Amino acid sequence: MANTDCKKHLSLSGLEPLMITPERNFINVGERTNVTGSRKFLRLIKEDNYDEALSVARDQVEGGAQILDVNMDEGMLDGKYAMIKFLNLIASEPDIARIPLMIDSSKWEIIEAGLQVAQGKCVVNSISLKEGEAEFIRQAKLVKRYGAAVIVMAFDEQGQADTFERRIKICERSYKILVNVVGFPPQDIIFDPNIFPVATGMDEHRLNALDFFNATQWIRENLPHANVSGGVSNVSFSFRGNTTVREAINSAFLYHAIRHGMNLGIVNPTMLEVYDEIPKDLLLRVEDVLFDRHAEATERLLDFSETVKGQKKEHATKVLEWRNKSLQDRITYSLVKGIDAFIIEDVEEARLASIKPINVIEGHLMIGMNVVGDLFGSGKMFLPQVVKSARVMKKAVAHLQPFIEAEKDGKQEFSGKILMATVKGDVHDIGKNIVSVVLGCNNYEIIDLGVMVPPEKIIETAVKEQVDVIGLSGLITPSLDEMVSLSKAMDKENLTIPLIIGGATTSKAHTSVKIAPNYGHTVVHVNDASRAVTVVGNLLQKDNKVYKEQIREAYDKFRAQFLTRGKQKEYIAIEDARKYKFQIDWNSVEIVKPERLGVQVINDFDITTLDAYIDWSPFFRSWDLHGKYPDILCDAIVGQQAQELFKDAQVLLKRVFDEKLLKAKAVFGLFPANSVNDDDIEVYDENETIKATFLSLRQQLKKRDGVPNIALADFIAPKNSEKQDYIGAFCVTTGFGTQELAQQFEADNDDYNAIMIKALADRLAEAFAEYLHKEVRTKHWNYAQNENLTNEELIKESYKGIRPAPGYPACPDHLEKATLWRLLKVEEHIGVVLTENLAMWPAASVSGYYFANPEAKYFGLGKITEDQLLDYSKRRNIGLEDARKWLSPNLAD
Amino acid sequence: MEIIEAIGKRILVLDGAMGTMLQRYNFTEEDFRGERFKNHPSSLKGNNDLLSLTQPKAIAEVHRKYFEAGADIIETNTFSGTTIAMADYNMEDLVYELNYESARIARYVATEFTNSNPEKPRFVAGSIGPTNKTASMSPDVNRPEYRAITFEELRVAYKQQVEALVDGGVDVLLVETIFDTLNAKAALFAIEEVKEARQIDIPIMVSGTITDASGRTLSGQTVEAFLTSISHIPLLSVGFNCALGAEQLKPYMQRLSQETEFYTSAHPNAGLPNAFGEYDQTPKQMQALIEDYLKDELVNIIGGCCGTNPMHIKAIADIAQNYQPRKIKVSG
Repeated sequence: MANTDCKKHLSLSGLEPLMITPERNFINVGERTNVTGSRKFLRLIKEDNYDEALSVARDQVEGGAQILDVNMDEGMLDGKYAMIKFLNLIASEPDIARIPLMIDSSKWEIIEAGLQVAQGKCVVNSISLKEGEAEFIRQAKLVKRYGAAVIVMAFDEQGQADTFERRIKICERSYKILVNVVGFPPQDIIFDPNIFPVATGMDEHRLNALDFFNATQWIRENLPHANVSGGVSNVSFSFRGNTTVREAINSAFLYHAIRHGMNLGIVNPTMLEVYDEIPKDLLLRVEDVLFDRHAEATERLLDFSETVKGQKKEHATKVLEWRNKSLQDRITYSLVKGIDAFIIEDVEEARLASIKPINVIEGHLMIGMNVVGDLFGSGKMFLPQVVKSARVMKKAVAHLQPFIEAEKDGKQEFSGKILMATVKGDVHDIGKNIVSVVLGCNNYEIIDLGVMVPPEKIIETAVKEQVDVIGLSGLITPSLDEMVSLSKAMDKENLTIPLIIGGATTSKAHTSVKIAPNYGHTVVHVNDASRAVTVVGNLLQKDNKVYKEQIREAYDKFRAQFLTRGKQKEYIAIEDARKYKFQIDWNSVEIVKPERLGVQVINDFDITTLDAYIDWSPFFRSWDLHGKYPDILCDAIVGQQAQELFKDAQVLLKRVFDEKLLKAKAVFGLFPANSVNDDDIEVYDENETIKATFLSLRQQLKKRDGVPNIALADFIAPKNSEKQDYIGAFCVTTGFGTQELAQQFEADNDDYNAIMIKALADRLAEAFAEYLHKEVRTKHWNYAQNENLTNEELIKESYKGIRPAPGYPACPDHLEKATLWRLLKVEEHIGVVLTENLAMWPAASVSGYYFANPEAKYFGLGKITEDQLLDYSKRRNIGLEDARKWLSPNLAD
Repeated sequence: MEIIEAIGKRILVLDGAMGTMLQRYNFTEEDFRGERFKNHPSSLKGNNDLLSLTQPKAIAEVHRKYFEAGADIIETNTFSGTTIAMADYNMEDLVYELNYESARIARYVATEFTNSNPEKPRFVAGSIGPTNKTASMSPDVNRPEYRAITFEELRVAYKQQVEALVDGGVDVLLVETIFDTLNAKAALFAIEEVKEARQIDIPIMVSGTITDASGRTLSGQTVEAFLTSISHIPLLSVGFNCALGAEQLKPYMQRLSQETEFYTSAHPNAGLPNAFGEYDQTPKQMQALIEDYLKDELVNIIGGCCGTNPMHIKAIADIAQNYQPRKIKVSG
């Protein structure tokens, strides 16, 4: 047979070819069609404005991009749908489609969807050894079969490579697997050895550029035909705001990276100075930093950068220099930096210099907080920083309060009054509290009614206090219905107060489709704290009619669009779905009988054990910092904030452990069980008497051939199989003590730690659930005695068996919690109670089932149709409308 | 002897058009239906692939004529043998059988010829057409993002065809008349899956179609972009067929021949169609044009597409034996 393609340089294609020969100095990848890097592009995609989005792509091509990077990774987007649609549209635009595509996603299914609609030879961005060799090989094989080149990140099971040695070790290992095992053409491999920021002031970052250069050179010399790429602007990240220095760093870095062998990369041409035009004195200092020529390199560049921009830039050695500035500057500085050490002193000085103490709040402090607001609004400050700022603000106000009260006519003038509440039946308030704090920072008076607030109380307080805005929050799905009924009640009472909706399960879709139509006045969905400030600000301006009309129009339009979406899903009848149940061969499967059956209670658990089991990623998420722990700590954008937040969390966690501030309790039980009538699970006691029946719900979305329609009951042996199977149930809590601590912090004007303790308690509860599940697997049930998993593997759920929780995707039915409570006597044993909407109190609690079958897996129920709803209502023995209320988020339209 | 061995030694001649030859039989609707499909609900006239089941003798006869004319490789009568193309006739369920039987007929005839002259072994190429739908273009100008067919649907359909062709005993798979590269990539994906599952290494020929003087495929790719997009799979050969005559195709064959390290193939039409849609280039005229290919060492496999018949193939075979095959660049 003829030799395989052995031109040993990378060649790609769109409608036209792109040969990356050594004569081509550097290939530039256009990066504006990336929702993670371009707010504008994200907005266009979200608004379904694909015409405009195409013109972004066209601008890139006309601007000289030789490859077009497309990324649709955003939580609110259906990334796969957006990727397919955008690439299909590009295919119909010959002036864009002429260049090759780079299909960029962290989700394999999106990459694969992209590859399936591109006729040319694309670049996949990216794969890595992060999830282990097996997954790496699987993906690489497919990339090859689809006929694409691939970017390989210097990333392995241990994390991202950040030293020279780690970079070359991972790249070499990846290369060997690709070339020797997968048979990947070496010229189609592009390594991304990680460009990290320089001059961060941290010693461990001093070699960031040099290590990259050396790793690049090593790759080009030692891994034949492989290419090197990288995202350049990251290198100058610590100088954002100082364009002159940034551009100089970018182009000097690029210049040297290319000389060391980097042959393609993502560069924003507008962020680039011509290398030869960089002033020689600046260039010298920049290159000193890039090559880490001496210990003072960063220091000198920082000093120099101030002269270039004339803008102040503080750094470690000059920490206290700011104390020499004017009073206002010092107060602003304390607020922006969240430093409370000098605030009382400074505020006192301001008070003595003012006519009235109130002037300090309305003057000095508000000027400072406005700076905070602007920085936050423009994405230059992050949520934890703002909450720290609020702490400083509160301390300052607390100091002034007695003086203000001593003056008869002195009363703080607020910009508006906001009522905040977590709705009836729900106990989750972290997000609500964050929004309250941020709004408080912006000089709004907050009336916080707390959690589980009945609608009558919200309406009554709103009328009595004449509030300007009502903010509702909720986390569990029944809260969505509470918001709907509240909006109806508000309409009935003829209120006109704008309503703001937020919380984890809420969405613009739900708000516009289910809430807004009930209430004749403004209803807005707000998904993060910074938007809350803007929205409230707009609502409270004097002439807000236009804004309100705009919102109404936008929501009407969104609703219309949402309801006429072209993506029709197909469902099958429940009896058909049951025919396609998940098949387990009960004759051959080995069922392990638990070591001990019945209920066990753990009342005094050593909470420090849980430290090792904490999954930190969701903790950062609750503070609006997105990324995976521990990578988030060195993330280019939020890394520093994440580090600080993590440090503060550790301090509080240590206190919790040392002073035993939170109590951990658990109850769990293991029981004989069998599935009956396809979808129900009967739980027995030793005498085979039925103690409880769990009702599971079954997927009804039409699947591909051979893909089952799963229900949890499928993982338990059916009664007619004559096999005795088992099931477990549990509830853990680490919430007792949280409330008291949070109140103490609040009394101390420390909202930061008040929120922190709740976020930590949530993490501990999850960690407890993880820990107890392990104990059950390896001891009490003992079906996996040889298991030996790291915490990371636990978080990735690499173990055998599952612990799904009612209210979550596999089992969205909250009513199952009531069954659990009766079976385990949860309230009697450990004191965790269910609210009327079946939220657990204290909030830091987790409950669920244990399934031990090795084939049991997590899945999402998705939507179900009327026939299953009717069937369910009969099985549950409740009215159809009652059933509809509980399952409404899962009903197909 | 394997085809890989033969192609190193001489220029291999591919057969000519099947459709042109079948027209000569003037088959009626009843002939197409035969006994077996006499009650089939939709019209079947024009479903040439079906003739492998209802008129197998005619198919074998056409194959024989091409071998007699000097062809080394004949193509199976399976150009439309996918569920996608057969949907027009409501014959999706017959796809396996159509491909399997077509491959068997061709195999039978080829073996007959090889046995009578072992010095000149004959080969069977399983013909895999482009289907009648495009995966990277919208049939609806008002909805450019719409696609009438997906990669996944194509992959499944092609896989079925490939399985049947391999079971029927073809020597090589020929993905041909590619007007949309994405369709071809789905076919190649399916072939790789079958190769992996069965642990076999069957040679693959790929042949694209340059639609007009723009020098691009229908889906807009240049010669070089097309080549880049399909070179990820080890191929026996890459080439062009259909749409153009030998004269118009030559510059693109030159570019392709220069760029690729695979063997090359060409099976052009008998010139461009006249005002009545007929091809009137004579065997002699075509022979002269093909000789230019041979002089320039552009091809390793040469044959004919629309409008060619055994006379054309004989003329091509006669001249081909006087020339050396194109040499491929040695990998380095």
